Amino acid sequence: MKRKTILETVLDRGFTRRDFLKMCTALAATMGLDFSETDKVVAAMEKSARVPVIWLQFQDCTGCSESFIRSTHPKVESVLLDMISLEYTEALSAASGHQIEEARKHVMKHYYGEYILVVEGSLPMDDAFLTVGGVSAKETFIETAKGAKAIIAYGSCSSWGGIPAAYPNPTKAKPITHFVKDKPIILVPGCPPIAEVMTGVIAHIITFGTLPELDHLGRPKAFYRHRIHDKCNRRAYFDAGLFAESFDDEGAKQGYCLYKVGCKGPTTYNSCAEMRWNGGVSYPIQSGNPCIGCSEKGFWDNGPFYVRRAKIPASQTTINPETVGAIAVGVTAAGVAAHAAITAVKKKEQENHDRGERK
Amino acid sequence: MTERIVVDPVTRIEGHLRIEVDVDEKGIIQDAFSSGTAVRGIELIVRDRDPRDVWAYVQRICGVCTTTHALASIRSVEDALDIKIPRNAHLIRDIMNAAVFLHDHVVHFYHLHAFDWVDVLSALKADPNETSRIAQSISDWPKSSPGYFKEIQTKIQKVVESGQLGIFANGYWGHKAYKLPPEVNLLAVAHYLEALDWQKEIVKIHTIFGGKNPHPHYVVGGMATPIDINSDNAVHAERLMHVSQIIDEAIEFINKVYIPDLLAIGSYYKDWTYGGGLNNYLCYGDFSTGDIRDVNLYRFPRGAILNGNFNEVLDVDPKDPEQVKEFIDHSWYTYDGKEGGIGKHPWEGETSLHYTGPKPPFKTLNTDEKYSWLKSPRWKEHPMETGPLARMLVGYALKREEFVSLIDDTLKKLNWPFEAMQSALGRTVARGLESILVAKWMRDDMDKLLKNIKNGDQVTFDRTKWEPETWPKKAKGVGWIEAPRGALGHWIEIENGKTKNYQAVVPTTWNASPRDHKNQMGAYEASLKGTPLLDKEKPLEILRIIHSFDPCLACAVHLTDVVSKQTTNIYIG
Repeated sequence: MKRKTILETVLDRGFTRRDFLKMCTALAATMGLDFSETDKVVAAMEKSARVPVIWLQFQDCTGCSESFIRSTHPKVESVLLDMISLEYTEALSAASGHQIEEARKHVMKHYYGEYILVVEGSLPMDDAFLTVGGVSAKETFIETAKGAKAIIAYGSCSSWGGIPAAYPNPTKAKPITHFVKDKPIILVPGCPPIAEVMTGVIAHIITFGTLPELDHLGRPKAFYRHRIHDKCNRRAYFDAGLFAESFDDEGAKQGYCLYKVGCKGPTTYNSCAEMRWNGGVSYPIQSGNPCIGCSEKGFWDNGPFYVRRAKIPASQTTINPETVGAIAVGVTAAGVAAHAAITAVKKKEQENHDRGERK
Repeated sequence: MTERIVVDPVTRIEGHLRIEVDVDEKGIIQDAFSSGTAVRGIELIVRDRDPRDVWAYVQRICGVCTTTHALASIRSVEDALDIKIPRNAHLIRDIMNAAVFLHDHVVHFYHLHAFDWVDVLSALKADPNETSRIAQSISDWPKSSPGYFKEIQTKIQKVVESGQLGIFANGYWGHKAYKLPPEVNLLAVAHYLEALDWQKEIVKIHTIFGGKNPHPHYVVGGMATPIDINSDNAVHAERLMHVSQIIDEAIEFINKVYIPDLLAIGSYYKDWTYGGGLNNYLCYGDFSTGDIRDVNLYRFPRGAILNGNFNEVLDVDPKDPEQVKEFIDHSWYTYDGKEGGIGKHPWEGETSLHYTGPKPPFKTLNTDEKYSWLKSPRWKEHPMETGPLARMLVGYALKREEFVSLIDDTLKKLNWPFEAMQSALGRTVARGLESILVAKWMRDDMDKLLKNIKNGDQVTFDRTKWEPETWPKKAKGVGWIEAPRGALGHWIEIENGKTKNYQAVVPTTWNASPRDHKNQMGAYEASLKGTPLLDKEKPLEILRIIHSFDPCLACAVHLTDVVSKQTTNIYIG
């Protein structure tokens, strides 16, 4: 039943593995590759068509799985049937119980070093807070990570700890990077991440055969390089000092900046403003809602959501636009002052960001 | 002599569920135990936060029913602070809730439940011409040509031949409990893929009004999305027509794909009437044609039924301290340092995690003692089933015309007695039937919204009580909602502008709860009892019954109780 790899086909036809290696060497030469590249050709010939994926869910809400299946390009049907072989997922797998655990172990054994491990949700330090199949989640993760080619952390929980790790972190939840350190881990934060960002990371790996380039925090640069604020559709109003003072007021209806009602766009790195959500229909700020910064580390404890407080890195004090507005005169002046303050903050943050530090 | 069979993880659900059953020599389930095996403790996390922020935290209880907890939360705050939201906001919220129902029910049927009835591999043997004939005989949905079904078959064939079965790997294919002919299996597989494509469309209603899906945004006091038909940055004609079109397409998909498939598949299984269970049903009611406070105007009526007595619908009041109580006699918690014996109403509950189960890795749980992270909510000390079947039967018992005619028509089509509704398949049928109703109501609400705007009302938000200075020093509120999986309540206590206490009692906690102080089974457990398994190694029947409830374990465990005045203690060991 299994589709044969080129190696298997060659062996079936009575050749030996030695013959196969000779063929690969010849092929590498034909392709103009150096002899040292032969092993890559061998590996490619031994491989199956679809990349096997194991998707583990831990302290999660399944929101990341749900977001994944919303992908418009590529469509999730094409991801599942053409690009990857999703051999283990609690959300979609037909099999349950020991049969699904056997499917996981099959991939771990037969595709050692080749499969991608996807993780949704954080991990509790204490085993009793999460078991699957009677085994602690931590143990399952460490065991499954061993043979993975790469690990993708989908969502803010697996990337940063997320909501289970919000104060007071009742179950001592940790991001997955706390448990495995010897593997490439791609962080794809967001609560949840945008569907096309999720499938985009997979598509990058499959299409280009490499892992995407990551920033200093481990996020793919293609999707997390800029702040939402940098590309916001309301940005011109921020620059002009025009703010909505309340939901549904005249400013809100005109599309003025939501900074004063708590928008975290100026401190949030994500693709919302550019790619938008659900096939490009909208994103929270466009629909009149202040960004809550859901792709940022520790965002649950950076609230309250409807009050804007920009942290000033040097002093760790906070400002809000009302205070700035009281010092400056007039709405426009307040806006400009706020912008200047924020720009200074962000400049500093950007410098830290570039140096690989945070705040 | 009985043998213990364990299914863990139960897949195609939300969250982490473990089922243990004892079967006799004949393979009949004699006893059953339902266990939630994960906990996050979100109820502790919202403590001391701004009540206007809490919707976002509790929304993350679940990404599948990704709106219900947010709505219940803002309703609880609005109840506590006596905030009346504008008419447009009420309509938009109901349209968004209806969108969750339809998304959830369709995804449940095709992606979470279908493989309990549909054998994917059998579809490879189907004659696409015959599938086409069947499809055209049950619906005028246009994608029904032999060529179309042949293409679907080839796609699946390719996956199977690759040897990498992906999501189909290790399923119970070929199991004797599958009854569909190959042609109907192929039809279902084709619609599995179509539904996968459709589900990403209906959620765009959330994106337009709430900015994204999963986890759209809400705001206490109304909706943050402004309406201004003459502004380029607000909801205007284009946005409204987009929503309108999605609603019409949803109605078409429900009536031409989901319902015909449900009845066609159901007709092959109509004699398999296991999985009924408690025969106690609970509904809070929802979808008011007026304000949320106008319980008499609810399109899903409120009420409770005990022991299958459909002649009497009992009054339900989520605010009555004697009605809803949670017990912990078989749950990994303590009350006042004790292991159980008493029930606590939401207002006086306690969260003390106290794991006493076996140290992982383990083979079986000690089900004589405590065995779940779920508590056992009880209504007047009765275990209750909540969800689509409860809603349809309460509507039927109250003789609501919409409910009676739908159920009676369906019983006639399936040649079923009324009692057959009280089964796993009946639950699955009820979910389809209520989708017809909800889709209709969604269209009505959209028409009302357009009419309201036409009449000059563009208000979406009430700011009179936005600032905490306008709030009383102390306030209490309850927010209830009919979620796709059943009756959901959030209880909040506000003091000095902060969240002092918070609690949710969630549909899956009602349904998947372990035994209580009287050793009464929860709905899942009761529904499994007496069911014969054809193959103990492949307990397809367990999945079929459990999935008929559409389990949502993240919901069930993570917000089961109040943040009380008492210190929360966590023990492990």
